[in-house]
Amino acid sequence: MPPSARIVFMDRSSRIGLMVFLSALAAVALAPYWASRQGLRLLAEIYAYVALASAWNLLAGYAGLVSVGQHAYVGLGGYLMFALTMFAAVPPLWAVPLAGIVAATVSVPVAALVFRLRGHYFAICTWVVAEVFRLVAAQVSALGGGSGTSLPAGIVIAIAATRETREFLVYWIALALVVLVLGLIISLLRSRYGLALTAIRDNEVAALSNGVSVRRVKFVVYVTTAFCTAMVGAVIFLQKLRISPDAAFSINDWTAYVIFIAVIGGIGRIEGPIVGAAIFFLLRQLFADLGSLYLIMLGAVAILIMLKTPRGVWGLVAGRFGLQIFPLQRRLVQKIGLDIKQETRGRTS
Amino acid sequence: MIEWINVIVQGVLVGGLYAMFAAGLALIFGIMRLVNIAHGDFIVLAAYLALVAATALGLNPILALAIVVPAMAALGYILQRFLLNRALGDDLLPPLLVTFGLSVIIQNGLLELFTADSRRLRAGSIEVASIPVVPGISVGLLPLLQFALALAVIGGIEFVFYRTALGRAFRATSDDQATAQLMGLDNRHIFSLGMALSLAVVAVAGVLIAVRTNFDPAIGPARLLFGFEAVIIGGLGSLWGTLLGGVLLGVAQGVGAHLDPGWQTLAGHFAFLMVLAVRPEGLFPKIH
Repeated sequence: MPPSARIVFMDRSSRIGLMVFLSALAAVALAPYWASRQGLRLLAEIYAYVALASAWNLLAGYAGLVSVGQHAYVGLGGYLMFALTMFAAVPPLWAVPLAGIVAATVSVPVAALVFRLRGHYFAICTWVVAEVFRLVAAQVSALGGGSGTSLPAGIVIAIAATRETREFLVYWIALALVVLVLGLIISLLRSRYGLALTAIRDNEVAALSNGVSVRRVKFVVYVTTAFCTAMVGAVIFLQKLRISPDAAFSINDWTAYVIFIAVIGGIGRIEGPIVGAAIFFLLRQLFADLGSLYLIMLGAVAILIMLKTPRGVWGLVAGRFGLQIFPLQRRLVQKIGLDIKQETRGRTS
Repeated sequence: MIEWINVIVQGVLVGGLYAMFAAGLALIFGIMRLVNIAHGDFIVLAAYLALVAATALGLNPILALAIVVPAMAALGYILQRFLLNRALGDDLLPPLLVTFGLSVIIQNGLLELFTADSRRLRAGSIEVASIPVVPGISVGLLPLLQFALALAVIGGIEFVFYRTALGRAFRATSDDQATAQLMGLDNRHIFSLGMALSLAVVAVAGVLIAVRTNFDPAIGPARLLFGFEAVIIGGLGSLWGTLLGGVLLGVAQGVGAHLDPGWQTLAGHFAFLMVLAVRPEGLFPKIH
C-alpha cells in the first residue's frame, strides 16, 4: 500500500446512522425516567434478543457455523449466575462477566468436539450439546434439579436495596450488555479477524488458499459467541430471578426466536439483528395472543424470507441504497483526498 | 446378571427403532446433502396420522400403515418438489433454516390440533404378548416385531439403492448432479422421490412409536437427535452401520436408565459424544 493512502471505515450513511443510533441510545438510557415498569421489561427483553441474535449472526452469518444449539450457552450463563451467587458468594453484578468467562472456558473443549462435524451435522451436534447441558442441569439437586430454583432473597437484596432500584439497575446492565456485545462484534469485524471472516463468509476455499487460518478464526468466533451469549443468559435470569432447566435451555425461546430475528432482519450484516428484533417484537405485540398460531406464522415468514430474499429486510434496504449504520466497510482513501473507493470497496459490511 | 442381559436385549430392540429414525435421515443426506431438521417432527406427524386413521376408521394400528405410509410419501414428494428443492444449493443456510421453520410449523400445528396432551395408540393383546427365551428373560412380541420391521425397512432401502434403476438414479445424482442431469435424469424429480422414500420410512417409525409409547407434539426433536446420533455412531454412508449405531445407542440408553432413570437420554448422548471424540468417522464407515 502506498504510504499516501489510508483505510477509512466511515462514510456519510454511517455518520448519519451512528448519530441516529447514539441519540436513540441516549434516549433509552434515560428510559427509567420516562417508561413504565412493563415498558422497561419489554425494552430489556429486546436488548437481550438483539444481543443474542447479533452473536448468532456473527457465528452463522460470518463464520458459517450454523448452530441450532446456542440455548446451551444462554442456559449455562443463567445457571452460572445462580451457582456463582449462591455457592461462591460472588456479587450478582460481578457474576455476569464471570459467567461469560466460565462459559467461554467451557466452550473450548465443546468446540473441539463439535468442530469434528461440518455443515448440517455440526448444527445438529450443537443441539445435542445443548440437550446434554439441560439434562445435566436437571441432575444438579443443589439448584433444584428438574424443577429449578429461585434466587434467594438475600442475593436479590444484594443487587439493590429497593425493588425499583434493582429493576433500574438490571435494565441498565441489559442495555450496557447489548452495547458491549455490539461493540465487541464491531471491533472484531474491524480487526484482521474481520477481514478473514468476511473472506470465509464469501468463499471458504478461497480464504483458505489465501492463507486464512479458517479453523482458528472459526474457533475464536465460537468462543467469543459463547462468552457473549452466556453473559446475556446471566442477565436474562438475573431479571427473572427464577431458573429451571426447561426455561434456561428452551430451544424455542433462545434459539428459534433468535434465528428468526436474524433471518428476518438479514444474516451477515451487523444491522440485521437490530432490524429483525424490531420487526419480531412488533409482530409479537400484535399477534402474541394467537399463541401457537403466532409461531406457525413466524416459521412461515422465516421460510418465505429465506427463499425469496435470503439477505433479509435490512439486506434488501441496505443493498439498494448502499446504507450502513455501523462503520464497517473498508475504503482506501489517498491522503490528497481523492477517493478511490470504486476499486477497493468490498462487500465488507 | 440376567437383569443386565435383559437390559441389553431391550436396548438392542429399541435400537432397531432408532435405526429407522436414522435411515430416513441418512437417505436424504446421501442423495442430496440435505439434513432435515424437521425429521423428528415428521415422525410425530406420522404418529398422529396413524392415531386419526385408527380412531376414525377403526383400523388396527398395523393396518393404519397402509394409509399413513403412502400419505407421508406423497407429502414428502410435494414438500421437496415445491419447497425444499428451492432451498438446495451451495449455501447450507437455506435448507437448514427452511427445515427448521417446518419443524416449528409442524410442532405448533399439532399442538393447535391435538393439544399438548399425551396420546397413545392401542394395538390390543399384541402389546403385552411376550415370548420367554430362557427363564428370566422374555422378549415382548411387539418390540420383536418392530425390530424385524426395522431390519426389513433397512434391507428394503439397500435393495432399492443397489438393485433398482431408481437406486442407480439416486446414486448417480448423489455422485455428480451435473453429469446425472446430462444423462437425462431430472434431479428435482429424483430428489423428490428420495424425500418421499425418506418420509415413507418415517411413517413406519411414526406408527411404531404411536403403538409403543406415549407421544405428544413436543417429542419430535429428541427423535431427530437419536436418529442423528445413530447415523454418526454408525458412520456416514452405511445403512447397516446405522443399524449398529442405533443398537449401540439403544443399549447405552438402556444401561443408563437401569443405573438411574434420569440418566437414560444422557447416557445415550454421552455414548455419542464419546464416539465423536474417539472416532469421528463413526464405528463402521463405508470405505470408498
